[in-house]
Amino acid sequence: MSDVPMSHILFVSTALFFIGMYGLFTRRNMITMLMAIELILNSVNINFVVFNKYLYPDKLDGIFFTIFIITIAAAEAAVAIAIIINLYRSHRSIDVENASEMKY
Amino acid sequence: MNYSSYIALIPLLPLASFVLLGLFGRKYFKNFSGIIGCAVLLVSTVLALYAAYNYFFVNGKVNGVYQTIIPIKYVWLVFSEKASIDMGIILDPISVMMLVIVTFVSLMVHIFSIGYMKGEERFSTYYSFLSLFTFSMLGLVVASNLFQIYIFWELVGVSSYLLIGFYYDRPSAVAASKKAFIVTRFADLGFLIGVLILGFQAETLDFNTMIQRLTDTSSPQLLAIASTSFLGISLLTWALTLVFIGGAGKSAMFPLHIWLPDAMEGPTPVSALIHAATMVVAGVYLVARLFPLFHINQASLTVVTFVGLLSAFLAAIIACTQTDIKRVLAYSTMSQIGYMMFALGVSGYGGEFGLGYTASMFHLFTHAFFKSLLFLGAGVVIHFIHSNEMKDMGGLRKYLPVANWTFLIACLAIAGIPPLSGFFSKEEILLAAYQSNKLVYGVALFTSGLTAFYMFRLYFSIFWNKNAEVHNPHGEASFSMKMPLIILAVCSALAGFIPFGKYISSDRTVLESHFDPMFSIAPVAFGAIGILLATWMYKNENGKSERVSQTLGGFYKAAYKKFYIDEAYLFITKKIIFNLIGKPASWIDRNIVDGTMNGIAWTTGRISTLIKGVQSGRVQSYALYFFGGIVCLVIIFLYLWK
Repeated sequence: MSDVPMSHILFVSTALFFIGMYGLFTRRNMITMLMAIELILNSVNINFVVFNKYLYPDKLDGIFFTIFIITIAAAEAAVAIAIIINLYRSHRSIDVENASEMKY
Repeated sequence: MNYSSYIALIPLLPLASFVLLGLFGRKYFKNFSGIIGCAVLLVSTVLALYAAYNYFFVNGKVNGVYQTIIPIKYVWLVFSEKASIDMGIILDPISVMMLVIVTFVSLMVHIFSIGYMKGEERFSTYYSFLSLFTFSMLGLVVASNLFQIYIFWELVGVSSYLLIGFYYDRPSAVAASKKAFIVTRFADLGFLIGVLILGFQAETLDFNTMIQRLTDTSSPQLLAIASTSFLGISLLTWALTLVFIGGAGKSAMFPLHIWLPDAMEGPTPVSALIHAATMVVAGVYLVARLFPLFHINQASLTVVTFVGLLSAFLAAIIACTQTDIKRVLAYSTMSQIGYMMFALGVSGYGGEFGLGYTASMFHLFTHAFFKSLLFLGAGVVIHFIHSNEMKDMGGLRKYLPVANWTFLIACLAIAGIPPLSGFFSKEEILLAAYQSNKLVYGVALFTSGLTAFYMFRLYFSIFWNKNAEVHNPHGEASFSMKMPLIILAVCSALAGFIPFGKYISSDRTVLESHFDPMFSIAPVAFGAIGILLATWMYKNENGKSERVSQTLGGFYKAAYKKFYIDEAYLFITKKIIFNLIGKPASWIDRNIVDGTMNGIAWTTGRISTLIKGVQSGRVQSYALYFFGGIVCLVIIFLYLWK
């Protein structure tokens, strides 16, 4: 376990973050965008866990943070899906390109 | 009897009638408005007469001097410990006399209007305006405070505006009311500045205190106001001259007289009210009220004299040429008011020297009767013939016997023929002028001849001369129109026998007037010449008047055109003021003031058009901006923030 260097894991989390970023910017489907956001959040979670494990092995702060983030992500998913359902009801579509009335 | 119990009712009753008729008249008492107005004013008149009786004969005099009584004083606006605007009532000989004149003439006008304005759509509005006018003038007359007089002064201006423009569907009436308002308002600016200077320097606005302070040679206030000078003229002269400009505006003195002839657009009884009792004598009254101050400042008194004299003379010449009968009367008023003004101007203070003051007030008193009579008579004529022009009239003595006789009495009175009232008052004015300044006397004497001439020109053109075509002659007039004529004719015939010097004099003691039959030869002779000349030219239809006017040529034309004073005003306002001040001001307003505002709005608009695309409504663009911002912050914090 300890022979995996920290930089490897950080690389994974960075990759995950930018994949999520890419997904958020390119996908037009709101559910896919929500999934992309989950990827970003998870990359942050990995960071927390890794830094906690490698730098301060006798503490639990990072892990707790991770748990908080997972909880909040669950709540956020609920809210986001509620928004998506409402959007679908009013627009008959969940494509964000179609929901651009809130402009100048 | 205690004045305070009823004296306030004299001005307040017309106010109440104004409110009542103004608010409810049109709806509830459409036909009784005239009766209500008359009844209310009758009460005021009776109270005023009662007050006058009390003042002059019962308790006004202490040790042979008439006292100034202030029965009511209500501190209204306090600016500082020294200056406050009070609402009060002052009783002294001139204010009591004015109370009687204003209420009496106004009552006559009210009664006359019942017949004259019958069938008018806005009958009750008319009566409410008349009441307001009477109220304002009464308030002005009894004002105990310089600022109170100013407030009522403006109220008089407003109510005259309302009445002159009463027929608001006629453009000429609207223009005339505007002209009257603007010209008098312009003059009032002078008055206001004068009031402020006097109030500031005397450290009070109360008449009595002010006169006391500024006439006491040892007072610091007099020293300050007399020694401070502005443009080489002492502040006292400035203040009094400015106050006089206000008075000249209301009293239609040259060169602020231009509103008066146009004010004839109002209903004829209103002209009677404006000319006889209310508006135009306000200026004379103001000068008389401040006379102790004018007296200590000869420079301003000289201004009063010569403005009065010039107005009297010019107006008399113009009156000889006008063809609208009301305009003739208007110029005649201006001329008579000029008489009152220069009589004040040549007057001294106290004893024998105060003759001019007494004469001026006496003339104001008698003039009120015969001028209102003339206007009401003209009202009857206009009512009968439906025209103001002399050429439509002539030979009306057969149709209008009452108007004929009363008009004749008024003409004789104003021409100064003994024993009618105008003779006595004019006599005293001329005597006062003779004693102080021979030039003034000469011009005044000539003017009195002119007065007789133009009045009889008017009289003969209306009642004699050719026979005018009368379409469907109805009766002369209703009783309500004839009665005031008769009452006023009696008054104008007899008012001269009142020994006026006993009641009103500059120092309020008894002034024994020395009636000298020798002195009166010249004025009466001038008057008689004027009358004979008018008889020769106008009694029968002949071409003499045309021939005379042709002989006079250019001079006649200039007088007919009122010496081009209106044109001069138009030239000054339109060509000079509009071009030099109005146009640049409007250019600055349009281009610089508006331009700045428009520029700001335009810039904001442009910028927002440029950047509004950012708010596209696309969630992902926002996310991208957000991400870009974070990246920027990260770069700043990591690399640039040291």
